[in-house]
Amino acid sequence: MIRSADPAVAPTVHPLEDLVRMDRIPHIWCPGCGTGSVFTACLTAIKQTGIPYDQFAMVSGIGCSGRGAGYINIDSFHTTHGRAIPFATGIKMANPKLNVIVFSGDGDLFAIGGNHFIHAARRNMDITVVCVNNLTYGMTGGQVAATTPHNARSSTTVMGNPETPFNLPLLAYAAGATYIARWSMLHARDLADAIAAALRRRGFSFIEALSPCPVNYGRRNREKAIDTLRHYQEKAIIKNGAHPAELDMSDARGPILGNFLDIEKPTHDEIYKRMYRPEEG
Amino acid sequence: MTSRVLTGEHFINGDIACAEGAIAAGCTFFGGYPITPATEVAEHISIRLPRVGGTFIQMEDEIAAMTSVLGGAWTGAKSMTATSGPGFSLMMETIGLAVVTETPCVVVNVQRAGPSTGLPTQGAQADMMQARWGSHGDYEIIAVAPASPQEMFDLTITAFNLSEAYRTPVFIMSDEIVGHMSERVVIPEAGKIRTVSRPRPAGRKDRFRLYRPGPNGVAPMPAIGDGYKIHVTGLTHDEKGYPVMSVETQKEMIERITGKIRNNIDDIVMTESYRLSDADIAVVSYGVSARTSFTAVDEARKRGIRAGMLRLVTVWPFPEKQIRALAQKVKGIITVEINMGQISREVERCAAGRVPTIGVGHHGGAIIPPEAVIDAMEKEVMR
Repeated sequence: MIRSADPAVAPTVHPLEDLVRMDRIPHIWCPGCGTGSVFTACLTAIKQTGIPYDQFAMVSGIGCSGRGAGYINIDSFHTTHGRAIPFATGIKMANPKLNVIVFSGDGDLFAIGGNHFIHAARRNMDITVVCVNNLTYGMTGGQVAATTPHNARSSTTVMGNPETPFNLPLLAYAAGATYIARWSMLHARDLADAIAAALRRRGFSFIEALSPCPVNYGRRNREKAIDTLRHYQEKAIIKNGAHPAELDMSDARGPILGNFLDIEKPTHDEIYKRMYRPEEG
Repeated sequence: MTSRVLTGEHFINGDIACAEGAIAAGCTFFGGYPITPATEVAEHISIRLPRVGGTFIQMEDEIAAMTSVLGGAWTGAKSMTATSGPGFSLMMETIGLAVVTETPCVVVNVQRAGPSTGLPTQGAQADMMQARWGSHGDYEIIAVAPASPQEMFDLTITAFNLSEAYRTPVFIMSDEIVGHMSERVVIPEAGKIRTVSRPRPAGRKDRFRLYRPGPNGVAPMPAIGDGYKIHVTGLTHDEKGYPVMSVETQKEMIERITGKIRNNIDDIVMTESYRLSDADIAVVSYGVSARTSFTAVDEARKRGIRAGMLRLVTVWPFPEKQIRALAQKVKGIITVEINMGQISREVERCAAGRVPTIGVGHHGGAIIPPEAVIDAMEKEVMR
């Protein structure tokens, strides 16, 4: 809450305050980190949908972004490393009326949790996955991730990353996701709109949010937070509807952003109910 | 919809009896991953659960299965999974999360011989210590050991009741032999089955504390959507459920999760005494090994050895009081189990040198013949 120094002026309540556990603020995210902006976009999206807050649950794994569940003022779960998606799957299957958001990082969702991601997408589990992609293992101290660019330095690839990173939208597409978008934390409104669209629809939705990690990624790769933002602002190519195969993160050009896919497919809980509990209508 | 409780007499195997016990106890969510010899639990419940309004999902691995069970449990559903040793190992990290977040759930381990892939189609009782200490950190756990298909039914209900009452994972430590053994199983009328559901909170939502314990040390538990705006974390947390990285909070939290089991041990622990009143030699056994041990006791009596038996129905928390009392009464204790000495060490610890204790173990893959137990008794008597 921002309070005016002038007692005559009523305290200005932040428009998202009702969605934040104010008793847990300040948060742990570093100066220059983008996770807070992605989190804000997520809260904005929840508010935009107009769906009562009690009908949402947020699940996070471990890591910097994994702390998101600890700051949102709805039913929220901070689970084990990589397992936010199966936890969310259990919630959704046991109570399909709930809107389940997975908010976690690239390390959590795509290295240790990669198997769960592809299977939830394959099943068209009706959940929304927001991935804060900072290209590294931030909380653990900047080790190489499944998204770290080729040649980039990390604390476990000091001579440069010998591996090829995932193209996350393509992975989601191949596995069967029905909604795919990628925005940067700088494109706050587009990002919030994409998350809101994902929350309003049924099916497995995946939103990749590019976000700087100046402390653990930027420091090793001579990239200040402001440089990353400038890169997003000047180099990003917005291409809604782009085919996921062309969305690899290339050194040669900036990242391609946009809303790439939005298709209708019956969700897993709908099919299960229709096939196994038809008497419930 | 079909009936939740299939009242009547059945001739079914232990795995199926376990699935029926779960449904009779009120289970509505099962997240599983197939593994021999536990697969029939999942197969049977996959057919039965949707017919009683519940949900089955076969997850992509055991880690996902166990994690989905936790998610299901927080919606208010009584939730369960079934596995065997290798899968149990994979579930261990998440079982720790269940312990620390005080999430009620039931995990069935139909044990097979190990280590590793071992003998997938042959029994053992060699995951007993994994059940006790398999996850990281300090905790207490509840585990029961059924010895028959009937007990697979009965003790599955008990396991759900204990998990709901104490908000903790409860293990059913079965084995391949009991899981695949077919016997008569009597399922009572629904009205005669006692089921327990977790305490639910009441009162002002803004003053709610997720881990403020009730009189027995267990806090009421809301479901997602009840409006309590809960935060649940595997980090060390305070009464509100918020992470607090301090020695004091760690102390309070660990004391609560261990205390609610330790302080209610008499309510949790179940044992069965057989011919112990005048016994010189006591056999301690559990699960399938108890079956041959009963025979061994009877046979030994015919040979003039005054033998008796204490069967551990609850293996964890360990029935320490009962073993200590036994050690005051008899001249020797023999622990019979299909492993190389897991529970026998606990027995030895509780006997604390008052009487000689020996273990009759087996490497797994077969039951222990009564003769092996009688041989041990004779040696014990001769000594």
